[in-house]
Amino acid sequence: MSDETATMAAPAVGRAALHTPTRGRAARWYERLIELGLAGCGMTSIVVTIGIVVILAHESKDFFAHVGLGEFLGSTKWTPIIGDHHSYGVWPLLSATLTTAAIALAVAIPLGLLAAIYLSEYAAPRTRKIIKPALELLAGVPTIVFGYFAITTLTPALRDYIPGLSGGNLLSAGLMMGVMIVPLVASLSEDAIYAVPQSLREAAAGLGGGAFEAIRKVIVPSAWSGIAAAITLAASRAIGETMIVAIAAGNEARFGFDPRQPGQTATAYIVDISKGETPHGSVAYQTIFAVAAMLFVMTLIMNVISHRLSRRLRAAARA
Amino acid sequence: MKITVKGLRASFGDHEVVKGIDLAIPSRQITAIIGPSGCGKSTFLRCLNRMHELVPGASRAGQVLLDDTDVYADDVDPVLVRRWVGMVFQKPNPFPSMSIKDNVVAGLRLTHRYDRKDAPGVIERALRQAALWDEVKDKLNDPGTSLSGGQQQRLCIARALAVNPDVILLDEPCSALDPIATARIEELLLEIRRDYTMVIVTHNMGQAQRVAEHTAFFLQGELVEFDTTAALFGQPRDSRTADYIAGRFG
Repeated sequence: MSDETATMAAPAVGRAALHTPTRGRAARWYERLIELGLAGCGMTSIVVTIGIVVILAHESKDFFAHVGLGEFLGSTKWTPIIGDHHSYGVWPLLSATLTTAAIALAVAIPLGLLAAIYLSEYAAPRTRKIIKPALELLAGVPTIVFGYFAITTLTPALRDYIPGLSGGNLLSAGLMMGVMIVPLVASLSEDAIYAVPQSLREAAAGLGGGAFEAIRKVIVPSAWSGIAAAITLAASRAIGETMIVAIAAGNEARFGFDPRQPGQTATAYIVDISKGETPHGSVAYQTIFAVAAMLFVMTLIMNVISHRLSRRLRAAARA
Repeated sequence: MKITVKGLRASFGDHEVVKGIDLAIPSRQITAIIGPSGCGKSTFLRCLNRMHELVPGASRAGQVLLDDTDVYADDVDPVLVRRWVGMVFQKPNPFPSMSIKDNVVAGLRLTHRYDRKDAPGVIERALRQAALWDEVKDKLNDPGTSLSGGQQQRLCIARALAVNPDVILLDEPCSALDPIATARIEELLLEIRRDYTMVIVTHNMGQAQRVAEHTAFFLQGELVEFDTTAALFGQPRDSRTADYIAGRFG
């Protein structure tokens, strides 16, 4: 009987509390306003992305009406402003983009992954506390600084060892970009390795595996989808990086994969052409959008792959 | 005696959880360790193959002799100890990046003893011993984590057997499993008990009675009583043992 009165009384007290004057209509509007404001912030990036896609599609539609996708993807000559006969084959830009990105990844993947392994499996907590912020500091260096370092220090130094290295070249730009991306690979890979359940480390130890064997055969493979996500994100960073290649790669749109030679990446081309001399509405002007659309598609593919991989990682972590 | 423990103490930081234990574990038999939560039975078990020291802040004193070798002697490599003294854990932990058959030979790969020609034989023998062969022989390339909980635990037992250990430590191997899966595991332990020395930590007094020849009762880091399982459950000499097995605490 007494239990029953207790349960009857409790909601009555609750309802009375809801009607206290401080939680009136104004307070509820205030909450609603905050929610709307926050939703607006969340929508911004979506709206901006949609805007970019619409403008890219619109402007490059005019370009492709004039040039045609066949020439764009089929020709290896890119002379949109030079000479009387203009060629619009994107391969020179693409070859430079792919070469610098490949060099950058060749530097960033091993260095970043080994740094991540060291940080999560070997480093003492105190060492980790020093190295991780230092690594993140590297990520905060403006890319123009890397670019100038590449052209004023790295290229002259490399010239002593590599004959035929051009003043502006894909190699220096790629190497510098690699150094720039190391923190990204290291930080994301470290998160993935750190998230490998302790029980798997114990299982490996219990089978008589040494520390490094366990890392190589159990821990890194278990973290692989996270590491692969880090690598694809790094690749899209490398493809999209602008300042280093604009300064250090030579800015000559020539088709070829020789890293000693100068080249012009897609991003560097956009910097070059959009400085202001190109008349609005001309085909040369529209090339900016066509090239940008290509870059957008490339990084989009990379990001989709990365997203899928990390989703698989989260699903595996739950299991 | 396979394992002789002398004056074993183990701590996490300042907190001592194993407080001076002497115990002789007979060869090619199953020895159970029972006791309430926090009595130090898992920590004791993990001292036997030097897994305890992997926990940051862990320390230990006393001797553990495997045959006649002190596993804590200066010239002994803890990694080698674990090759002879394998372990099966509370929660099944097959390697998620590996197929069923790769899980079985994972220990061989980790210790550079993998031989591609021998592998199929090793895999079949270990899976048969672990009573899993018939259920997985047609899907050896499926991921280890695709199996049910009980099958995963038998896979972990197969993985431990494949490296040919002398001793197998089992840390509450059935606590995450249903009664049918548990019965399967107990059955397989009884089948292989003449080939290995096994030490099983368990919460389940029935399990100790079903599988173990000897049973040790731990309480608050101390060994209260050690005897044949029949004697310990039949005529306990210590009143605390009697109270625990009667369910008066724990």
